[in-house]
Amino acid sequence: MEQLDQIVEKALSEIAAAADDAAMEEIRLNYLGKKGFFTEQMKNLGKLSPEEKPKAGAEINRTKQIVLVALNEKKQKLAADELNRKLMSEKVDVTLPGRTSESGCLHPVTRTIARITELFACLGFETVEGPEIEDTYHNFDALNIPGNHPARSEHDTFYFNPDLVLRTQTSGVQIRVMEKKQPPIRMISPGRVYRPDYDMTHSPMFHQVEGLLIDRNIHFTDLKGILHQFLLNFFEEDLEVRFRPSFFPFTEPSAEVDVKGKNGKWLEVLGCGMVHPQVLRSAGVDPEIYCGFAFGLGVERFAMLRYGVNDLRAFFENDVRFLKQFR
Amino acid sequence: MKFSKAWIEEWVETGMTSDELSDVITMAGLEVDTVEKAAGDFDHVVIGQVVECADHPDSDHLHVTKVDVGSGELLDIVCGAPNCRKGLKVCVAMIGAVLPGDFKIKPAKLRGVPSNGMLCSYRELGVELPSEGIIELPADAPLGQDVRSYFGWDDALIEVDLTANRADCLSIIGLAREIAVLSGKKYTLPEFTRAVPSVSDIVSITLDDPKACPRYFGRIFKGLNVRAETPLWMKEKLRRCGLRSVDPIVDVTNYVMLELGQPLHSFDLNRLKGGIHVRFAAQGEKLKVLSGEELELRPTTLVIADDTGPVAMAGIYGGQDTGVSENTTDILLECAYFSPDAIKGEAREYGLATDASHRNERGIDWNIQELACERASQLLLDICGGSCSEIIRAEDQSCLPVSKSISFDMSLVHRVIGENIVTEEQVLNILNSLGIKTESLGDGRMKSESPSWRIDIAIAEDLIEEVARIYGYNRIPNAAPKAELSMLRSSMTDLSPDRLKSLLVCRNYNEVVTYSFVDQEKMAVMYPDIKPMVIPKPITADMDAMRVSLLPGLMQVVAFNNSRQQTSLKIFESGLKFIPDSTAPNGIAQIKTLAGAVSGLAHSEQWAVASRNVDFFDVKGDVEALLELTGRRDRFTFAPCQCSALHPGQSAALLYEGKQAGILGQIHPTVQKKYGVKFKTFVFEIDLSVLSTAQVPVYHEISKFPSNRRDIAIVIDNSVPVGDIIDSIRAVSSELIRSVSLFDLYSGGTLEDGKKSIAISLQLQDLNSTLDESRISETVNRVIDLLKDKFNAVLRE
Repeated sequence: MEQLDQIVEKALSEIAAAADDAAMEEIRLNYLGKKGFFTEQMKNLGKLSPEEKPKAGAEINRTKQIVLVALNEKKQKLAADELNRKLMSEKVDVTLPGRTSESGCLHPVTRTIARITELFACLGFETVEGPEIEDTYHNFDALNIPGNHPARSEHDTFYFNPDLVLRTQTSGVQIRVMEKKQPPIRMISPGRVYRPDYDMTHSPMFHQVEGLLIDRNIHFTDLKGILHQFLLNFFEEDLEVRFRPSFFPFTEPSAEVDVKGKNGKWLEVLGCGMVHPQVLRSAGVDPEIYCGFAFGLGVERFAMLRYGVNDLRAFFENDVRFLKQFR
Repeated sequence: MKFSKAWIEEWVETGMTSDELSDVITMAGLEVDTVEKAAGDFDHVVIGQVVECADHPDSDHLHVTKVDVGSGELLDIVCGAPNCRKGLKVCVAMIGAVLPGDFKIKPAKLRGVPSNGMLCSYRELGVELPSEGIIELPADAPLGQDVRSYFGWDDALIEVDLTANRADCLSIIGLAREIAVLSGKKYTLPEFTRAVPSVSDIVSITLDDPKACPRYFGRIFKGLNVRAETPLWMKEKLRRCGLRSVDPIVDVTNYVMLELGQPLHSFDLNRLKGGIHVRFAAQGEKLKVLSGEELELRPTTLVIADDTGPVAMAGIYGGQDTGVSENTTDILLECAYFSPDAIKGEAREYGLATDASHRNERGIDWNIQELACERASQLLLDICGGSCSEIIRAEDQSCLPVSKSISFDMSLVHRVIGENIVTEEQVLNILNSLGIKTESLGDGRMKSESPSWRIDIAIAEDLIEEVARIYGYNRIPNAAPKAELSMLRSSMTDLSPDRLKSLLVCRNYNEVVTYSFVDQEKMAVMYPDIKPMVIPKPITADMDAMRVSLLPGLMQVVAFNNSRQQTSLKIFESGLKFIPDSTAPNGIAQIKTLAGAVSGLAHSEQWAVASRNVDFFDVKGDVEALLELTGRRDRFTFAPCQCSALHPGQSAALLYEGKQAGILGQIHPTVQKKYGVKFKTFVFEIDLSVLSTAQVPVYHEISKFPSNRRDIAIVIDNSVPVGDIIDSIRAVSSELIRSVSLFDLYSGGTLEDGKKSIAISLQLQDLNSTLDESRISETVNRVIDLLKDKFNAVLRE
């Protein structure tokens, strides 16, 4: 029995010293193989008396088990060491930039229009678009702008012929909508408009958003309420807002709306009013039954205020270094 | 309209500061643009008199003076002004005065002579008047009086930006009326005496077109001294309202125009031949106007004519030959009412804009001519002496405007402004205070008469606006509109442009917005066969035609960015293109279009990805991604096409159910060069109508049985389009083929010239069972047979 213990000790020290799978296999064969030490011991059991056999057999099994467990543990350790070595060799520099698939940006005018139309969509205003080459009836006559009004001159309007223009405002869409549909009407119409002005603060093409609400019982108080809410919501600021009497041929009463800037100065941001009864009549809506309000705003101005852009021309130069700022 | 606050105060004592007044009128709809001071900031400048004036011993231009400022002690002042002379009343800046520009007056010596003060010019006092030398005050100016109070220079000059409907406020009387209401005070018309006529001469006046000119008053003046000096107070008022003093006759007519809003004109009586006719110009008539320019008159221009022809453009501009000169002694003063419709727009046709046309085309008070004529007469006679005739009246009452009588009731007021915001009493008070005579008819009903100066008031809504405006827009509460809740229509088949745009953005496209008008000549290189809508008066020569495609604009953006060191560009735009089409409304098809351009490097340089330039298949992949969003990818096909803007070998038409719906390809090198683009550029342009709807997804069962992949490699002629092969395989009627994909393509190497090798994988699967080899082979063989038969394909082993 003492011999067995010595053998176990020897085996354990050999296992501890083994550095690779080959050394481990040799140890396994020497002790546990078909001709290994423990196999030989079992064979020799036959030579013992029946009384001695069970005890000696149990002893062999016990010591064999010790060697077997040690071998397996060492094997697992070697495998784990090997894996760790492999993983360490695959180490990357995690600070290297990722393989980017870049993405682009929407134009700030589009973003601004989207925000405005979304805010009004929440109140059930449907987005409608109209033609940009427009007849003078929809651009002027139906809006109560008479033939000799200065806005109709060639200084203020691009004409193709006396009856066809590049629209100078999105207000004409009001007429087109009312021609097709009886109230209640809630619509918002963004789009390009054109005027022959070209300098630091004027672009011959810019964007407007027109809004129209026609129903049975709509008052100036409602116009004020909605626009006030819209401005506070759009700018996400508790802005001071004021309504100032103004004049547009297609609204009565008319107002311009100013917001107070951080410099304490009032800044005009939109024009609005109660739709003129003549405009309703022109579009086939009975002003005895229906009334409502309309408003129009310049998109670029809202974009400039919201994003701090200080040069109108930047919107149409399309310098990608400008465009990429609007993520 | 620029006005002097002090002048207004003569009519209404507002009790307001200029800031308060500006705020009040702005909030009533007379928007104040600017507020200026009547003079610069200074003090200690008083009225003095030069009592001695000698030449400086050591200077050829300085004067050595003694000046009396009423203090009992004469001041020694050296002055360099050429008009400095003995006896002159002057403005004296005393020692200790601080003039504009922080200029301090201290005792000094000028070339050895002591000087204790300064004689001032207008410019030195911050007064914008063209002046040579020092200010010359009238002989009666009181010695020692502070100059600021003498001139009333503590005044504010307020410029209002009037809306087109408020012609009545183009005058002091109109502004005073408005300000009286806003300040709750009364306004008073200045008192003056009517001229006593003593001249019996007559000029005949004929209204040839009484609709255009229903009233024309003339008055003859004789023996006027045109060399008389316009009084200082009048010059100052004119200056503060932005007008220059010319001569006393012009100054008086301008003064009355400012005061009462009535433009006046004076003719040199002795240069008029025969009677006056107010008529439209005849074809070919010419007039040399006051500026000296000879204008060919349009037949729509109303003129004042004598027997020889036009002598003035009515209500716009006078003629030079009959104008007042320094030799004039006798005049015909014109005071007329012209219909705004007869004047509107005419001045602009000649590139003219005068104070008279500005007022006449907006509409003056049609009942003020008599008052204005009398006012001007009194001023002329006071200043220039002489005598005048009776007013010579030509008028056609039937063509004069009339007061409009407007009935309305409180229910309309409530409907427009809001429920119970204003009371009937307030409505009556506000309208009557504005001079709009309004009476209650009981039961909330009222009747108003529009005054002669408010031609803009025509309907009840106009009156309600007046009420709301004076009540104060900001006193009217904000409310939430009451409307029936109704949901906006929404369909799952709608494919919004936003979705398409965001897909492009995810694929690294930047959205651009370009002008809808482009350079016609450049665009013609791309689209020689389409005649665009041309803008007759473009803003610049390179924006003279409406785009027939979005691509010219995109090319310009690519070139713009190329010249700013941007070498990798992906951009898109959505908008209308404009194709003349006689069947479309107004003869123009306005087509919603989505277009993109990619140029240069496919992506910015990266350490982990090899750099490469973009090619056809980059844009095609992007276009295919857009098509996938419709859920109907199978209805779109691509075919080679010819488009003059594109490379003939790298261009394709996008077909939707066989009809062209777009194009894509490489920009033709000639076009690329024309636009100054540095790198090969690939573009697409799609009619948005084919991308506006999407199929609602329909569920398909997923097979539980394993799928099998079989690859087929074949050699075919180079000329065979691979798309045809894939389409043919897809068309094989077998429910087992789940997908067909191309995974390899090459030519050259060991392959025969003119041949290419392609490798296609088939995914085979059955819904109901695991496929056995015989069924797989049967299907694959059918495909191979088809390829052999139809495309002459040789199977590669």
